[in-house]
Amino acid sequence: MKILVCITHVPDTTSKIQFTDNNTQLDKKGVQFIIGPYDDYALARAVELKAETSGNITVLNVGEVETEPTLRKALAIGADEAVRINAAPKDAFFVAKQIANYAKDKAFDLILMGRESIDFNGGMVHGMVGELLGMPSMSPVMKLEIEGDKGKLSREIEGGKEFIEVDLPFIAGCQEPIAEWKIPNMRGIMSARTKPLSVIEPAEEAERTAVNSYEMPPAKGAVKLVDNVDQLVDLLKNDAKIL
Amino acid sequence: MSILVYIEQDQGKIKGSSLEAVSYAAGLSELQGGDVNVLGLGSIEAEEWNKVGGAGANAIYHIGDERLDQGVILAHADAIAKVFEKVGATTLVLAKSSLGDAVAARLAVKLGAGLVSNVVGLPDLSNGFVVKRSIFTGKAFADTSIDTENKILAVKKNIHPIKTDGGEAKVESLDLTISEENFVAKITGAEKAEGEILLPEADVVVSGGRGLKGPENWNMIEELADSLNAAKGCSKPVSDLGWRPHHEHVGQTGVKVAPTLYVAVAISGAIQHLAGVNASKYIVVINNDPDAPFFKAADYGIVGDAFDVVPKLTQAIKALK
Ligand SMILES: Cc1cc2nc3c(=O)[nH]c(=O)nc-3n(C[C@H](O)[C@H](O)[C@H](O)COP(=O)(O)OP(=O)(O)OC[C@H]3O[C@@H](n4cnc5c(N)ncnc54)[C@H](O)[C@@H]3O)c2cc1C
Ligand SMILES: Cc1cc2nc3c(=O)[nH]c(=O)nc-3n(C[C@H](O)[C@H](O)[C@H](O)COP(=O)(O)OP(=O)(O)OC[C@H]3O[C@@H](n4cnc5c(N)ncnc54)[C@H](O)[C@@H]3O)c2cc1C
Repeated sequence: MKILVCITHVPDTTSKIQFTDNNTQLDKKGVQFIIGPYDDYALARAVELKAETSGNITVLNVGEVETEPTLRKALAIGADEAVRINAAPKDAFFVAKQIANYAKDKAFDLILMGRESIDFNGGMVHGMVGELLGMPSMSPVMKLEIEGDKGKLSREIEGGKEFIEVDLPFIAGCQEPIAEWKIPNMRGIMSARTKPLSVIEPAEEAERTAVNSYEMPPAKGAVKLVDNVDQLVDLLKNDAKIL
Repeated sequence: MSILVYIEQDQGKIKGSSLEAVSYAAGLSELQGGDVNVLGLGSIEAEEWNKVGGAGANAIYHIGDERLDQGVILAHADAIAKVFEKVGATTLVLAKSSLGDAVAARLAVKLGAGLVSNVVGLPDLSNGFVVKRSIFTGKAFADTSIDTENKILAVKKNIHPIKTDGGEAKVESLDLTISEENFVAKITGAEKAEGEILLPEADVVVSGGRGLKGPENWNMIEELADSLNAAKGCSKPVSDLGWRPHHEHVGQTGVKVAPTLYVAVAISGAIQHLAGVNASKYIVVINNDPDAPFFKAADYGIVGDAFDVVPKLTQAIKALK
């Protein structure tokens, strides 16, 4: 089975987010970049499926040269080859278009992504790629089994989950508990150095949206600590006016 | 300039977040003109339409096809695209949800539309079309311009008041055929908690953390939630350990909530948990460790043993009613 896994290169979940250049650029100073946690689930499931079906995994990122260590990490976790589409990812549709353009003639059986990126949180790229390639897209997917040429999956809905059966090929936006995150071992790290990482120039495509500037939320006031529940109820009733 | 709003139903009732999207669209129409058209799919109770009119709709379209009761992504996207063209809309507004996201993304391609997700306010039209969205899981915002004629806005919950005085809107039943090829992904079943308040929709949320020591201690969380008419949530380890179902998991990698009141019981307040609750209006923290990081993000707090505080709080709230 040929699997494509699309990964983001995003600030670690504990990062302090700040902006520079008059609030037009993310301040990358001191920020540790990781594979997006949802993309990490997608990759982990791909590695398991590869072991079951003796497949092949391509991992792809639309990003500039700085994302290569993140792609190498994905290779260390178990992807066979990496592709970087050499462009700053500034808009979800632009990213989707690049992914679709790359995948359209590669006959992937399965395309796995994260449910959403943790920087721009759109939750949209998988659906866009699905529509561009004429494939079904499902997200957020919590369980994914492949039986022959069929996928059996469960998708989270508000208050529960639904079960879906769909023929390959399709696209899934993954979230836990689809698989356990995998930590690269020494052998993986060594072999990642020699696995292929190719760089492809982007297809010409206009961006449809653009960020003009960034803004931080207003600072939170200090907590009001109380000693007993009556005081708390009083605050909820008379201060917040919500009871 | 006309607007189309896609609304979602849950067991025949229109979701609160969808009514909010209708009112948001009414606000948008005041800024840029154009009618607010609303589209509902599947079986929806007849009385529900009054709320849609009240929320600000000018015209309502309904496709009653029962196959659309379930959130079949391709079929919903197909239906919306057809109605978008029929009413000559240029903007599609919908509430952000697991179905809304999946559908909106496909529509961005079908309609050639610029899409912005996690919208937190009405646009600024003084220089193009610039709308604020939440990014970095609520840690920041981005003023984003949309440069295409067709636009899609996926609106975050609790950012716009729901109108109730919008008057009546006529419901027109549409007889559109949604072809079979949109049902290739077959929904074979579902598991859903019956009669529970949906967590992403809830106005009040009561969450428990690993400090509660085991699933057998969730009774008091349930009772507190009931007394507040709240949905139940939990931290990631609690769902990882199987104490609570996954759809209750709140945070960076779980559900992002935006209630008026979030009550956190025995949750430490790790940054990844906070990422899922930072859009709450008020946060109450109950924790026996005065140094728990959650207190820094809280509005009100009690330093104390949850097993002592929570039952007393339930009593005090019941006594109010
Ligand atoms: C320095 C920097 C600046 C950026 N500035 C902007 C900006 O101004 N505006 C903006 O919209 N975005 C910006 N991004 C890009 C952002 O990281 C996303 O790649 C892109 O916007 C799609 O985001 P989304 O939240 O809609 O993705 P989602 O729809 O939430 O992503 C879903 C899934 O799609 C896949 N995916 C998403 N992005 C990529 C990618 N780049 N490569 C491979 N797979 C991917 C992943 O599997 C992901 O889990 C910037 C990124 C960086 C590093
Ligand atoms: C990439 C990534 C993503 C993550 N995503 C999420 C996420 O989406 N959601 C999430 O929740 N976590 C997430 N986490 C995990 C997060 O880092 C924390 O580990 C987790 O939130 C801790 O859960 P907790 O507060 O319930 O448990 P603990 O950290 O064990 O805290 C228990 C708390 O209960 C208090 N307590 C103990 N006994 C009592 C008592 N009797 N009365 C009152 N208080 C008591 C303690 O003082 C303590 O503060 C993520 C982690 C990573 C690395």
